[in-house]
Amino acid sequence: MKFKKIFYSQKAAPYVFVLPFLLSFIFFWIYPLFSTVTMSFQDITATGKEFIGFKNYTKLLNDKVFHTAMLNSFEYMILSIALLIPFPMLYAVLMDGNLVKAKGLWKALLYLPALTSVVISGTLFRLMFSEYSTGQMNVIMHALGFGSQKWLKVKATGLGALLTLCCWRWTGVNMLYFLSGLKSIDKNLYEAAEIDGASAVQKFRYITIPLLKPTTIYVFTISIYAGLAMFLESFMLWAGNASPNNIGLTIVGYLYRRGIEKNQMGYASAVGLVLLILALIINMVQLVLNGSFKKEER
Amino acid sequence: MEKDASIKGGMTRKRKIASFFATLLFLILGLIVVFPVFAGLLASFRPGTELIRKGLSINLDVSTMTLANYKYLFSGNVDSVKYFTWFKNSMVLTLVTVVLTLIICYFIAYGLTMYQFKLRNFLFFLVIATMMVPFEILMLPLYQEMINLKLIDSAAGVILPAVCGASTIFFFRQYLTTVPKDLLDAGRIDGCTEYGIAVRIMLPITKPAFAAMAILCAMGSWNNMLWPMLVFRSAKKFTLPIGLNTLLTPYGNNYDVLIAGSMFGIIPIFIIFLCFQQYFIDGMTAGAVKG
Repeated sequence: MKFKKIFYSQKAAPYVFVLPFLLSFIFFWIYPLFSTVTMSFQDITATGKEFIGFKNYTKLLNDKVFHTAMLNSFEYMILSIALLIPFPMLYAVLMDGNLVKAKGLWKALLYLPALTSVVISGTLFRLMFSEYSTGQMNVIMHALGFGSQKWLKVKATGLGALLTLCCWRWTGVNMLYFLSGLKSIDKNLYEAAEIDGASAVQKFRYITIPLLKPTTIYVFTISIYAGLAMFLESFMLWAGNASPNNIGLTIVGYLYRRGIEKNQMGYASAVGLVLLILALIINMVQLVLNGSFKKEER
Repeated sequence: MEKDASIKGGMTRKRKIASFFATLLFLILGLIVVFPVFAGLLASFRPGTELIRKGLSINLDVSTMTLANYKYLFSGNVDSVKYFTWFKNSMVLTLVTVVLTLIICYFIAYGLTMYQFKLRNFLFFLVIATMMVPFEILMLPLYQEMINLKLIDSAAGVILPAVCGASTIFFFRQYLTTVPKDLLDAGRIDGCTEYGIAVRIMLPITKPAFAAMAILCAMGSWNNMLWPMLVFRSAKKFTLPIGLNTLLTPYGNNYDVLIAGSMFGIIPIFIIFLCFQQYFIDGMTAGAVKG
């Protein structure tokens, strides 16, 4: 009886509501996070585990394959951000104006790639970037008067294929993010600027960009994480986790290889934590930089 | 007067040209986006071995197209049964995930929004904190945990860790902050319990948020691959993405099923998208506005 009274009281209710989150947080977030930190200081084999201090981390320092994976992930992150912020922003600005006809159609079409699973899109792109002369990309190369390329066997073109897939998948999604940010900007500002004789470029520079900043920071943040943690795109583009000379290996790909394929949980945990720390640092720097810019403008 | 008119005429012509080019840009973008799927669709009407031997390219030659792959897919033979098992598994998993996630996340968000209590801000901070760690880092320890809990190779192992999605909680919270709190007191006066208010009064008002999240969540679950790939071990339990992935053998003897099955597998989520397009867009952009 007493329990029932407490359960239905206004004081207890919020705790009952958030209880599932607390349980999930403890079991599926805090616990795995702590266990991966612990594992990263251990040598884990089938027979048992042994505490080895920072050995996994010092081993990472000299691990050439890990360095390749880091470089690949960073290149991918930087280039994908360079492609997936300015262009979608521009498209969103055009979409927000009244120049473009049949907006609904384009919005739906550009969102289409986000509906297809990475298995399907990765496979389609792998086959289009086939090294045979009959693959789509080589057909295009021939039409332009160039020879066939071994797209997925060379670092530069492999990265190009990965970025093409990435742009194909996310341009529409990012455009919609920017579009929703633009919708929250007061249209009167543009009218006032027009009366003052501002040009389209000036309006974009002094109204759109500063007021779109929260959206830009959001897209920036998720792009840093998605870029550094990218795995499945490369996994599907090379049909498995093995690319020639590891040209498509990413940090998470390496974590997967060590942890799942080779069952070295300790070493893989160290890879994961390096990734986590890097992602947090880069994101902090980005947020601080963007925050300080904000103060200057005010 | 005449001069004014001519300036105006010039402006509209200029606008028309600008409008033409802006629309053209999106037409080109649209074509680029559709291109790979269209090429895949055309290829699904040709033998899968062609993909292995030639790669994928647009081939409009109708004379070489047949329905053989689709007939095979629906023939009811071993491969067909396998494919539709995956299809069914994906459907069931998606449905259960969506229902559980939405109900649980709604209540969590409700608790965090409608009440002033001591731990509220701290708990909300924890919700945000979980977003700061990419899932890819937690997947190994979680995988171990699932083995220890004997949840490996089970749907529960796939669903449970993802049920309290921070972004879903976040979205519901955004929506619930706009709901007037007077309704709470009105409900209390009418003799509703706290839980009764949440279910009978607030939940109906939150319907648009449910619709948006349902579709987004369904899409994520239908296409989810990484975690199910780790958890599921027996082929009978595979979902569509993992199943299709197993067909990617180097010899390509399964590419008939792969290409036709891939194209057919887009259909359910595509239909949902066409019906509820607006909810999709609302749902996915909700987080970006307030950052």
